[in-house]
Amino acid sequence: MNTPYYVPPEQFMKDRADFARKGIARGRALVALQYDNGIALVSENPSSTLHKISEIYDRIAFAGVGKYNEFDQLRVAGVRAADIKGYQFSRQDVDARSLTNQYAQILSQVFSEAPKPMEVELLVAEIGVEKSADRLFHVMYDGTVLDEHNFSVLGGDSQAVADRLKNVYVPDTSLKTVLQNAIAALSGAEAKPKYADLEVAVLERNGRRRCFRRIAESEIEELIG
Amino acid sequence: MSMPIFEAGSDPGANFGELLRRVGLSPFGSVSVDHELVIPHATTCVAMRCRDGVVMAGDRRATSGNLISHRSMEKVVQADEFSGVAIAGAAGPAMEMIKLFQLQLEHYEKVEGQTLSLEGKANQLSSFVRSNLPAAMQGLVVVPIFAGFDFHTNSGRLWDYDVTGGRYEEKDFVATGSGMLHASTVMRISWRREMSTDDAVKLCARALWEASDADSATGGPDSMRGIYPVIASITKQGWSQVTDETSAKIYSEIATEVGAR
Repeated sequence: MNTPYYVPPEQFMKDRADFARKGIARGRALVALQYDNGIALVSENPSSTLHKISEIYDRIAFAGVGKYNEFDQLRVAGVRAADIKGYQFSRQDVDARSLTNQYAQILSQVFSEAPKPMEVELLVAEIGVEKSADRLFHVMYDGTVLDEHNFSVLGGDSQAVADRLKNVYVPDTSLKTVLQNAIAALSGAEAKPKYADLEVAVLERNGRRRCFRRIAESEIEELIG
Repeated sequence: MSMPIFEAGSDPGANFGELLRRVGLSPFGSVSVDHELVIPHATTCVAMRCRDGVVMAGDRRATSGNLISHRSMEKVVQADEFSGVAIAGAAGPAMEMIKLFQLQLEHYEKVEGQTLSLEGKANQLSSFVRSNLPAAMQGLVVVPIFAGFDFHTNSGRLWDYDVTGGRYEEKDFVATGSGMLHASTVMRISWRREMSTDDAVKLCARALWEASDADSATGGPDSMRGIYPVIASITKQGWSQVTDETSAKIYSEIATEVGAR
């Protein structure tokens, strides 16, 4: 009879984490930044139909990096959970914190139990009625949750992008400024990406029920020239 | 509550009604009513096509038997940016159906990343009405009108439904509810194919006036409380509801005209 090899738990976790990290590092980074009137989400994405950034609910947006099919499955699950909660209780009762916890639960369970961990990192962003209630929840591949402020960077090369952003980011600036900062930080020393290769969306305090809005290529051009 | 994730082969997709059924929250189902229920009923709604789109309107009264149970009910509501739904029948199930329909359209848009076609929306409402059939057999009848602007045909379109979910596209105008007979007579006489939106708004107001004049379950304009029928137009620019001030003006003109008969 074959006896299975003993793998110490430290090694087991490390192998899985390395696997997930490698998968995530293959993709481009994504940033979310708070500006005076909302939250902007910016990413390099050559596809105009396979989105990394999407609407979850009235004031909540979702962003994912890594393996598309995996984070898209989580995105749909989030839309479902939010719509069911809003239907069952009230639209006011749907919040980013509870969604984030559910994502963390799924990711941590998959990380330690499934045949392979998910190669994704997620961001759940929510804008409050006041700026002080804005939320940026960053969920890692293993279910670790980070409650971030001002800006959040996900995906490959995120440390370098975050370092570049730290030097230029100023709270309470305009959408134009944060978009310029984001594009500069994402590209670094490389050439700036074409606007057609950018996916940009905002959650804005616009007085309407649904605050999520995609920013088209033409509008980016208009904003930052 | 946990996040709903399904196996690849049994995923409900963008269907919110089916999703609710899977998680055990579906509002549809059989009810058994042994005696006649006295519950609020919503009454007259009208809709018509015009040159730039469609106009829909509904009175504000809900009745329970011979009593007025609500004076300010809104039976004409926006379904999404380019469509609206008007509903007559048992008020409880009707409002639930509207809520579910609005959610379905938004849910589809978010899950699929694009909006349903107008025809797709009309069809979806059809299946909701059909799901309500067991309740309708017990007297909880719900009959909606669906209207919107269709960017495929570049025109306004409207549909009415029967209690079994039967869906009928109307080319000109339609009325539903207890005052439908009087309202459609008014529209039949004055409706013209190339009407402007403003004229269509006035005609809808007039149709509801005549319905309320002859049908006790239909509410007329209530200038004392400032409650007027909900009138809305849907054009290429989207949904636009007529303000109470404009309604007040239209109804005072009608009142003057009727007074001078």
